[in-house]
Amino acid sequence: MASSISTAAKASAAFAHKKEFGEDAKVWDREKVVIIPDHYIFTSDERANRNVDILRDFCVEQNIKYFYDIKDLSNFKANPDYKGVCHIALAQEGHCRPGEVLLGTDSHTCNAGAFGQFATGIGNTDAGFVLGTGKALLKVPPTIRFVLDGEMPPYLLAKDLILQIIGEISVSGATYKSMEFVGSTVESLTMEERMTLCNMVIEAGGKNGVVPADETTFKYLEGKTSVDYEPVYSDAQARFFSDYRFDVSKLEPVVAKQENAKMSRSTRVYIGSCTGGKTEDFLAAAKVFLASGKKVKVPTFLVPATQKVWMDVYSLPVPGSGGKTCSQIFEEAGCDTPASPSCGACLGGPRDTYARMNEPLVCVSTTNRNFPGRMGHKEGQIYLASPYTAAASALTGYVTDPRDFLL
Amino acid sequence: MAAAAPSATAVSTAALLAPNPAPTSAFLRRTQLTRHRLHSLKCRRAAAPRRPPLFHGECFVVGDNIDTDQIIPAEHLTLVPSKPDEYRKLGSFAFAGLPSAAYPTPFVAPGEESSRYAVIVGGANFGCGSSREHAPVALGAAGTRAVVAEGYARIFFRNSVATGEVYPLELTDAGAWKECKTGDVVTVDLGNSVFINHTSGKEYKLKPIGDAGPVIEAGGIFAYARKTGMIASKASA
Repeated sequence: MASSISTAAKASAAFAHKKEFGEDAKVWDREKVVIIPDHYIFTSDERANRNVDILRDFCVEQNIKYFYDIKDLSNFKANPDYKGVCHIALAQEGHCRPGEVLLGTDSHTCNAGAFGQFATGIGNTDAGFVLGTGKALLKVPPTIRFVLDGEMPPYLLAKDLILQIIGEISVSGATYKSMEFVGSTVESLTMEERMTLCNMVIEAGGKNGVVPADETTFKYLEGKTSVDYEPVYSDAQARFFSDYRFDVSKLEPVVAKQENAKMSRSTRVYIGSCTGGKTEDFLAAAKVFLASGKKVKVPTFLVPATQKVWMDVYSLPVPGSGGKTCSQIFEEAGCDTPASPSCGACLGGPRDTYARMNEPLVCVSTTNRNFPGRMGHKEGQIYLASPYTAAASALTGYVTDPRDFLL
Repeated sequence: MAAAAPSATAVSTAALLAPNPAPTSAFLRRTQLTRHRLHSLKCRRAAAPRRPPLFHGECFVVGDNIDTDQIIPAEHLTLVPSKPDEYRKLGSFAFAGLPSAAYPTPFVAPGEESSRYAVIVGGANFGCGSSREHAPVALGAAGTRAVVAEGYARIFFRNSVATGEVYPLELTDAGAWKECKTGDVVTVDLGNSVFINHTSGKEYKLKPIGDAGPVIEAGGIFAYARKTGMIASKASA
């Protein structure tokens, strides 16, 4: 079992470990703990910065093998170890493997279920316990199976699929259940799209999400990990709590709006986070800007999840663009310059966080939650959307169907 | 605490509620006194048996799907609860994320560090959203002892138990929160698995806290693990 600690833990897990197991206590396995600063990084907030220092002291003392440290906040590239958003870093650095158990101090740890492992979020005290014992008390949840079949339309992304699912089963429809995604559509999804799917199971109350490992998984893992793994699968006699079937070819782009949201004008767009800030998410947004050829009508913030994603945005050619990179297309469309990789304003954060909503605005976002005040201001409105929809909305200044640009 | 142990008959329910001053009343609620007061007043203290927890006081009412961003907004997550002054500060921010239009009465009065409300009454899916442990911790730091809701998001439930900060109690039926108002005087009786609203005169059945009870009772997962021998006892301080 591995355990990941992001700065969401606010160093509390490290404190819990020492407080409960003693000053001389050691973590159970220095190679099975991954510590990843990602929340509240690029800020002048003293406590936030202090918390990274606390993590560093702990990692040095415990000789933690994987600590993706950052010291120079003025230039993320000057930090060779720094990665960015923990869930994407875990995947990119080969820490996600089929058949394993991953616990993380962040609710979107379920993101890793895309690799056919059991991955779920826990609190700091639980994490302190895991650090000391290498064990956790877990109940096996019943499974809801989602069978997604049919060809994925060119205007749909995994974000639309999971928003559709949550809309149908409700925000507590999967409470204490596992969500298993199978079917021809799922098999056709890339690893990043599978991550988007599993990332948001928590928003339906799910304990974890899982996509059975296959050739796509094994190919992604080549060169990323040297640790042996053994995939596990639901067997033929497996029983499921309930079954949902979708003909994906009939689905449409969707957004999630707040309960009392009225206006469809948007005053800004945010493309980022573990849910919607991966390389393919930016390629998708670039595709819409390319198809339009016009400039955005509202401030459009781009926050790559990790250093690797940032580099991809600046180097990968966008199909059909004659060799342009995402960054070039974004610049031509008038978007903000891609920012330093981190969780950014997905959860608001300290007041000086880039793209934080400090006034009551309306944001179309590729992030994962739109609770009141989620991105900062309590009266702010957030529409959760796919990167296609977010880009389309940036071009019009309204919540916009990406089919207007992609068909 | 010594001041709150007069002879049995001298204690009135008004003293139990102790709305003023807030810090003392919060302290009162966090001690064994609350637990024993209604049952043990006429017992000899030395021989008083352990009773299942019982909480009494004013309640604060919220609706469905109260997420952890509303319980403790993200900007306060830089506070580290194991530092006593930051723990207290966290308590002062409990429920700071609730929209004031829907919740005009603040959970923690301006300028205070703790809440006058001993019990929170909620609807479905209480504590959904982020896994931030600061959520149950903020409620506990503010002086809350129990949440009575229709259902919980599981990470919040688990964090409440692991920290031992609040009892996450589940009602057997839906709709209680609609019949309660913030400020109603309530009793949460774990021994009888019942939630009583004295102001409205209504009673509601609770699901037994089950295995989570002893963990919270012990003070959280570590204390419980030590007590049951799962992990070694702490070296003497």
